[in-house]
Amino acid sequence: MPFGNTHNNFKLNYKVEEEFPDLSKHNNHMAKVLTKEIYGKLRDKQTPSGYTLDDVIQTGVDNPGHPFIMTVGCVAGDEESYEVFKDLLDPVISDRHGGYKATDKHKTDLNFENLKGGDDLDPNYVLSSRVRTGRSIKGFTLPPHNSRGERRLIEKLSVEAMHSPGWRVQGKVLPLKSMTDAEQEQLIADHFLFDKPVSPLLTCAGMARDWPDARGIWHNDNKTFLVWVNEEDHLRVISMQKGGNMREVFRRFCTGLQRIEEIFKKHNHGFMWNEHLGYILTCPSNLGTGLRGGVHVKLPKLSTHPKFEEILTRLRLQKRGTGGVDTASVGGVFDISNADRLGSSEVYQVQLVVDGVKLMVEMEKKLEKGEAIDSMIPAQK
Amino acid sequence: MFVFSSKDLLQLNLTRMSAEEEYPDLSQHNNHMAKFLTLDMYKELRGRATSSGFTLEGLIQTGVDNPGHPFIMTVGCVAGDEETYEVFKELLDPVIEDRHGGYKPSDKHKTDLNPANLKGGDDLDPNYVLSSRVRTGRSIRGFCLPPHCSRGERRAVEKLSIEALDSLSGDLKGKYYALKNMTDAEQQQLIDDHFLFDKPVSPLLLASGMARDWPDARGIWHNDNKTFLVWVNEEDHLRVISMQKGGNMKEVFNRFCTGLTKIETLFKDRGHAFMWNEHLGYVLTCPSNLGTGLRAGVHVKLPNMSKHAKFEEVLKRLRLQKRGTGGVDTAAVGGVFDISNADRLGFSEVELVQMVVDGVRLLVDMEKKLEKGQSIDDLMPAQK
Repeated sequence: MPFGNTHNNFKLNYKVEEEFPDLSKHNNHMAKVLTKEIYGKLRDKQTPSGYTLDDVIQTGVDNPGHPFIMTVGCVAGDEESYEVFKDLLDPVISDRHGGYKATDKHKTDLNFENLKGGDDLDPNYVLSSRVRTGRSIKGFTLPPHNSRGERRLIEKLSVEAMHSPGWRVQGKVLPLKSMTDAEQEQLIADHFLFDKPVSPLLTCAGMARDWPDARGIWHNDNKTFLVWVNEEDHLRVISMQKGGNMREVFRRFCTGLQRIEEIFKKHNHGFMWNEHLGYILTCPSNLGTGLRGGVHVKLPKLSTHPKFEEILTRLRLQKRGTGGVDTASVGGVFDISNADRLGSSEVYQVQLVVDGVKLMVEMEKKLEKGEAIDSMIPAQK
Repeated sequence: MFVFSSKDLLQLNLTRMSAEEEYPDLSQHNNHMAKFLTLDMYKELRGRATSSGFTLEGLIQTGVDNPGHPFIMTVGCVAGDEETYEVFKELLDPVIEDRHGGYKPSDKHKTDLNPANLKGGDDLDPNYVLSSRVRTGRSIRGFCLPPHCSRGERRAVEKLSIEALDSLSGDLKGKYYALKNMTDAEQQQLIDDHFLFDKPVSPLLLASGMARDWPDARGIWHNDNKTFLVWVNEEDHLRVISMQKGGNMKEVFNRFCTGLTKIETLFKDRGHAFMWNEHLGYVLTCPSNLGTGLRAGVHVKLPNMSKHAKFEEVLKRLRLQKRGTGGVDTAAVGGVFDISNADRLGFSEVELVQMVVDGVRLLVDMEKKLEKGQSIDDLMPAQK
């Protein structure tokens, strides 16, 4: 980041107590874990690209807490951050990802054929289906820390990948900075456009620097596969369509992702991945699969049932409003998606969504008929 | 000053690839930085850092992130420490010259905080002049500036400030309110007094990193009379404000100079001078505030004058600027304007306040003429 931490050694003139942030009003994973001892141990360290502890934690210092969700409060600036600052990040990861240990191994499974069913969610209830994930390109630093040159090269590689012969999918590349008003209107109408982050969680981490330079959107002509370049991660990959055919959404997701990965590998830039953390992303909450598979589903009765939250917990699912995180549901329509990211595979997580949503729709139908759902309450997954 | 090798550049954030690949896209931009930062200049300056590690990227980030302001030409760059103005002079000298009316690198700035040198200023008509105010900023030598300072430095500035301010006496005796410990009652009182400053929301400030760690080590000190106010660690290390209702600018300026001089002595006693040099005067975070850092102004009722065709011309000739009563970028309400000096650098404090005093007196005379339906043509001033 350009400010405050460029020359870390200068700060070492001050004692640990003098530099240690005041976290007394804070409620995020970083604040729970960061003690003076850990701060003292890590504050003179840097990754090879110069990312420091204060860089990692700045967003969590600046954002004491979120009323609805426990935020992570720290970000990675590069792949090495997760190693150099493991004394902080391992406990954060463990806390965030259900006790995931420093020795645990993460399994990647992007073979869509391993998904059972998922093509028959009732479209009278399931209005749309979507799977998204993120990917980081090896050899570059991450959005909180990267330079304009790096960002532009990622954009260039992404555009080449989408236009390469191996990619056989017709689509459009729309850089944010040269977008026409008409294109922008269309993308907004399609719910595709991402805008400059306004959330202080992101801006305090430095991810919005130089906006809109080298940011853009690629989507296929069918508007069912979408790639965001240089927003919160190097790439965000999204597969979506109306209705309840999650199987097809996931098939397109896996196929597209693997094709993109092949093309990047040909340019000697694979995706950041390791067998402990899976796919490496900017926010520790997105490690592992980085996958959020979800549906917009009508559950007006079930959502007002006293056991709704309990059911979601047992199914390892979470609810959001249809505007995304932090929004309210409208008309009894909820965004239901997997809660986990790390420690289980893509197939496993999408399976949870498919099975869980199927069950909830059946519960909704029962409640419509005035019947009890007690016998259907699932065991903890 | 450091000059980094290309190997070091790899370690230094944000300059990892070639200059052409890293050079910002300033094609949509309208600020002073964008006017002057050519690719060649970027090439030359990107390998440098100040002793505290402030780099070109830190300097220009706010100007890259904020292409332009519809109403005012923004500066688009900030200093991270005192040395910035030296290490990056190839960029900052032309910015300063452009911003401060042709001020040259060889020019000398005069400081005059002797209130006895102000002529008049105690008799602006309170039927028109509702309030009078003088503010400036000060930076404490030996510490980095708000875009770049660490928490430890910021807290040290706060600690020094509290010690210095606590030893003020007489009508300057007062109390410090740390932002992070403020009670609801204290906060409400400060809001009612129009004293409270809040976390910056302007992207101009946020993009430069000044809001980091908010509200740690930020606070407000004011005297018991509520006529003298010091902000600690907002946009500058210190912002010093003297204000009162009515048109007695002389008294406001008296208190301003007395208070400032006392504070400066108190800091010097503790081993810390204010950042100052004979070319740039007082060194502040934003190049627009160099010199005196002084904005002296009044809230004045000019409903007729402000609608006159020559209003803007008159202001220009008097070297004054207008703002709405909410401050910069606000609209005037009920014909009441905030009128203040336009200059900061190249004129002394006394000279600037004199311009406000004389200029506002003239504007009020013009207003009175227009009220009576008389012409103001013979009152038009020459260009100051």
